[in-house]
Amino acid sequence: MWRFVGWRLLQAIPVILAVITVTFFLVRAAPGGPFDSEKAVIPEVKAALEAQYRLDLPLAQQYLAYLADLAQGELGPSFKYPGRSVNELIAAGLPATAELGAYALLVAIFFGGMAGVIASLKPNTAQDYIPMSLAMIGICMPTFLLGPLLVLLFGIHLEWLPVAGWGDMPGDKILPSITLGAAYAAYIARLSRAGMLEIMSQDYIRTARAKGLPEWQVVTRHALRGGLIPVVAFLGPAFAGLLAGSFVVETIFQIPGLGRFYVQAAFNRDYTMILGTTVFLSTLIVLFNLLSDVLAAWLNPRLRAQFGEA
Amino acid sequence: MPLLSVTDLQVDFTTRNGRTTAVNKVSFDVESGKITAIIGESGSGKSVACYSLLGLLPTPPASIEGGTALFEGRDLLQMSESELRRIRGRDVAMIFQDPMTSLNPYMTIGDQLVEPLVYHHKVSKSAARERALELLTEVGLRDPHATIDQYPHQFSGGMRQRVMIAMALINEPKLLIADEPTTALDVTIQAQILALIADLQRKRNIGVIFISHDLSVVADIADEIVVMQQGLVVERGDRAAIFDHAEHPYTRKLLDAIPAGSKAVTAEQREDLITVSNLCTWFGQGKGKEPLRAVDNVSFTIQRGEILGLVGESGSGKSTIGRSLLRLLPITSGEVLFDGVDVTQLQGVGLKQMRRRMQMIFQDPYASLNPRMSVYDTLAEPLLLHGIESRKTVEHGVLRLMDDVGLPRAFVRKYPHEFSGGQRQRIAIGRALATRPEFIVADEPVSALDVTIQAQILDLMLELGSEYGLTMLFVSHDLAVVRHIADRILVLYKGQVVEQGTGEVLFNNPRQEYTRQLLQSIPGRALIS
Repeated sequence: MWRFVGWRLLQAIPVILAVITVTFFLVRAAPGGPFDSEKAVIPEVKAALEAQYRLDLPLAQQYLAYLADLAQGELGPSFKYPGRSVNELIAAGLPATAELGAYALLVAIFFGGMAGVIASLKPNTAQDYIPMSLAMIGICMPTFLLGPLLVLLFGIHLEWLPVAGWGDMPGDKILPSITLGAAYAAYIARLSRAGMLEIMSQDYIRTARAKGLPEWQVVTRHALRGGLIPVVAFLGPAFAGLLAGSFVVETIFQIPGLGRFYVQAAFNRDYTMILGTTVFLSTLIVLFNLLSDVLAAWLNPRLRAQFGEA
Repeated sequence: MPLLSVTDLQVDFTTRNGRTTAVNKVSFDVESGKITAIIGESGSGKSVACYSLLGLLPTPPASIEGGTALFEGRDLLQMSESELRRIRGRDVAMIFQDPMTSLNPYMTIGDQLVEPLVYHHKVSKSAARERALELLTEVGLRDPHATIDQYPHQFSGGMRQRVMIAMALINEPKLLIADEPTTALDVTIQAQILALIADLQRKRNIGVIFISHDLSVVADIADEIVVMQQGLVVERGDRAAIFDHAEHPYTRKLLDAIPAGSKAVTAEQREDLITVSNLCTWFGQGKGKEPLRAVDNVSFTIQRGEILGLVGESGSGKSTIGRSLLRLLPITSGEVLFDGVDVTQLQGVGLKQMRRRMQMIFQDPYASLNPRMSVYDTLAEPLLLHGIESRKTVEHGVLRLMDDVGLPRAFVRKYPHEFSGGQRQRIAIGRALATRPEFIVADEPVSALDVTIQAQILDLMLELGSEYGLTMLFVSHDLAVVRHIADRILVLYKGQVVEQGTGEVLFNNPRQEYTRQLLQSIPGRALIS
């Protein structure tokens, strides 16, 4: 088990290194620089700024210096928020983003899982078609459309919920969580439906019925565990995707999260901020993938036994 | 009054292709303390009839169209789902064919075992566990205290079936339905499980429905036998009546299909085609572990034109030997001379030429045929690959093969899923014969087939064997089948040859304890000698 985890962590290092390298050179290849602006800056000032941020060094040296800092957990100073380091900015934006991601994931698991299981119990009937059609719409609907629609309906028309903000008013976390979670709920619905359908046709489900167990016990005790393993395996990538993809929702609902820093950093050519966020998010993605893989394997006794031996 | 009395049961299936009657006016009785066997081939409706009694068929597509099934005076077919549920697992319990897939892989056997007891009798978990331990001991599970918290994959097939039996008995049912409970098991394990079922049934005085496709399996244990064909009961009677005075032609056909007697041995001495010396095939099991000695120091010869039977249980290494001879597996050490050439040393072109002369037929004709290739493509491929036919003449070659294996020429454009199991095995045989090989390894070629089909395929193989002058290594776990077809038999145990001889000699004078044990495990021995 631990050997597997250790091995996977080792494998993650080259992946993250590749992400850093590609991002590092791509942002520098993009036209413009952090200190370009409409107003002409005095050349001496620009030179001093570039020297301070090591932009005057050859590219290879900049790269190595960045890696050296990174090895100590230091993501460097922000170019656009003078006096604040990227570490501080991430720490400031992370709580809201993580909370939003977690709620969205709960929404996705709860509604998606429920819809998938319900649909799988009576395949190819209305009980299947209706939730699955909704799921299809959920997958197709982009968040920048769903968000404003929900705001229009629940915020402005019905006046049930606040239209924006995060933690300022009661209930203002509901709409962003639903907006962000909807697409993932739809994926989970489809995954859990497929997983459950496969399990419900297994011989051991017939055995459970032959024992005289009522259908709900057959589903909850015998089918759910196996049927939801594909969903668990999907949770890791889903949570990482939620974190990385939250900037649209953060913008719509004016949430002070990581995503907004990320997008602004890209516009501003804030090299260290872009890199820092990318490194941080890619590390999270790798970790969550590993976590959900381990969890999915642990749920399967056969694989768990193999882990025990390894 | 019988425990269960089924009268005129009719079950229909409605599919897109219309309506078919799977069970047609079927009647049978089950007495307490007696075993009623329902015999029939796949698709005869034997399982459907029993599942419909307990409401275990998915409706739709199935629908019960008529009949009564009186269980202790109450009609099962008229009960609501919740009434039926109170009977299922409590008064009527089931054992299924494949213990691998019939147990939930995600739950410990202990948790699965106590479920019916906890649900139906509201027994506390700890009391139910005590009862489960007693039962596991009774069905012969080794060390139940240590194994009750293990998962199904940690048990062998036979042990899993014992767990299934314990699970079925935990509520002391009055009726036990066993659906092909030994079909997936080795012959010695099968004998143990049959004895266990018969023993438990006598002790508890319960009624048993034993569903099987194989008459010989139930020959020793059944009191009543019901023979089904295409949804109809064609004959029913007590054991003696069926075995001694079968009247219906189908019953007689089933009896005839039981492979009986030894093949007549030809005395003539022929040259050795294959000489295997000290063959070892080991499998590594990871660092620091002893390799698995699947085949350990095995030597034998096969004469030209001879059919050599290779018998053993699963894990005895019999399939590994077949594959090793054809170089489908890497050999650890030893020598395999084929017509004087050491096969183990061949490379590249030499190996390809040798492969043309040696072919293989597999157990599962469905899994070993490419589902996206028509019969024509399947048969044409080896003909073209080995340059036996040209593009112009290949059609002729394919049709000749179809004739040889007894398939209508009109079927040549069909795909594997359109054929029955027996027909698929004919295709597989045709493919093996396409390269005009001298030697064929047949790995359990009839194990997946119904008995009457099995008899046809065995006859076909014997016929083609003499027509093509084939030498054959016939691998099987079924001694009766091997005795029927093979000139000489090799008995394999744990990767080693323990005994060899003609079928006649082995059956009448087995010298080794293991051979004797194998022989005694054959169900319905009286039928085949």
